[in-house]
Amino acid sequence: MKRHLWLVLNSAIVLACLLAIWQTAVLLLHIPKYILPGPLLVAEAVQTRFPELMHSLLLTTEAAAIGLVSSIVVGVAIALVFAQWRWLRQLLYPYTILLQTVPIVAIAPLVIMWVGNGIYSVAIIAFVICLAPIIANTTQGLISVEENLVHLFLMHNATPLQILFKLRFPHAMPHLFLGIRISAGIAVMGAIIGEFFAGSSRVGQGGLGYAITYSSNQLEIDYLFALVLAATVLGFLFFFLGMFLEWYFLHNWHESKRSDLPD
Amino acid sequence: MVRLDPNESKSGLPEIALEGVSKQFRNGALALKDISMRVEKGEFVSLLGQSGCGKSTLLRLVSGLTPASSGSVAVNGMTPANARDLISFIFQDATLLPWRTVEQNVGLGLELERVAQNLRRERVDAMLELVGLSQVARRYPRQLSGGMKMRVSIARALISRPRIVLLDEPFAALDEMSRDRLNEELLRLYLEQHWTVLFVTHSIAEAVFLSTRMVILGAHPGRIAHVVPIDLPWPRTAETRLTSAYEEQVVRVSRLLRSVQSAQADEGGVA
Repeated sequence: MKRHLWLVLNSAIVLACLLAIWQTAVLLLHIPKYILPGPLLVAEAVQTRFPELMHSLLLTTEAAAIGLVSSIVVGVAIALVFAQWRWLRQLLYPYTILLQTVPIVAIAPLVIMWVGNGIYSVAIIAFVICLAPIIANTTQGLISVEENLVHLFLMHNATPLQILFKLRFPHAMPHLFLGIRISAGIAVMGAIIGEFFAGSSRVGQGGLGYAITYSSNQLEIDYLFALVLAATVLGFLFFFLGMFLEWYFLHNWHESKRSDLPD
Repeated sequence: MVRLDPNESKSGLPEIALEGVSKQFRNGALALKDISMRVEKGEFVSLLGQSGCGKSTLLRLVSGLTPASSGSVAVNGMTPANARDLISFIFQDATLLPWRTVEQNVGLGLELERVAQNLRRERVDAMLELVGLSQVARRYPRQLSGGMKMRVSIARALISRPRIVLLDEPFAALDEMSRDRLNEELLRLYLEQHWTVLFVTHSIAEAVFLSTRMVILGAHPGRIAHVVPIDLPWPRTAETRLTSAYEEQVVRVSRLLRSVQSAQADEGGVA
């Protein structure tokens, strides 16, 4: 616990130093604020436009969360099907890799053309970017069960569904959470890319991605910095939430999540 | 599925009977060739031989996990797949489910067979008591030593009240002291529960200590080379290992095993 406190304190000191250097550099070198605003100006922008910033943040959070959660639901369902029918997996698995390599920037305009502007197209774009890691990791977990464990279940005349839900699925949990952790990190990115193309039809009503394009057009560089900061924090929070869920569900039994237990 | 009374034996039938059994893998390798053997009720038969002699394959044939390529396998007069209710399989390494506590692991078989929860609870508690695991009932496998894990594995096999127990090198990964202790415990259970046992091992000493009969297998392809009755007195305890009769048996079996291996080397097989 004391060690953790030290780590936090150290990072805070490093951050404070960086901010101080940044501010001094801007002042001493007379950098104009439309090129690089100092941290004080950014802080001021955050303060004066706080409601607007929060609105954008919430909108992006919502789109990223919808995309992530639906990718988990759909991805796990697809992985369960893949685990049950080997021929289907061999037939379709290559396409999930295509899903991963398709440039999201290229399909975003397509999605908007099909679904229209607004949060749903943004969520769909986040969904597409999140899906592949969930499918790949969960499938891997479901099919990599030790043969003897399957034999053990068979010796008790277990049904295929019992093998799937009492053996394969729990075994795949660590893999699934690895997938969730990866996807959580990129869900926010997917949502912001989506918003570049389909933020909102009204000025000041869009998510972070929309606000970023708008601010950069208007050369509101201080607010742009505030938006980038918000997007970074949001991505971190998603990632952290994924880690927390992983710890919460697995720390009892999983080797890599070993907490200090009395023995 | 017809559930048999575990105490009822079809009279005259051996517990396990193999008749001219061969097993060829899909890649063409012949794992077992023309194996015929009978195991009577109450026998403790060890299968001994170098790797590649098809010991584990033989266990899988008896448990019905894999079909024979030719010949017939009968368990109490039934096909192995139909006799699964009579059989418990103890695998190499404990093969516990890491996400389940000790008691949940032990109760797995009953759960899969949809035994009512209160009944399950009762039998699991009694079983944990029997093998001395009550203290660790709520622990997860990763919190246990190798020997304890194996004991959980034995409890899990025992709870379905099997008549026949198949063990595939169960103690291979353990240190010698834990292995000796578990061997003694296994014998105690074997005598109490009136099992018939088929036990695969690499260890001559272990096989001599446990068995009523020993089957030495030759490799490439796997076949029966020698059948050795072990006539050490019962009950066998830690003291048994110190007697000269025990040592004589170990020496005798070692010589036989070596002769099988050198005969194979002469045939140009893999030594």
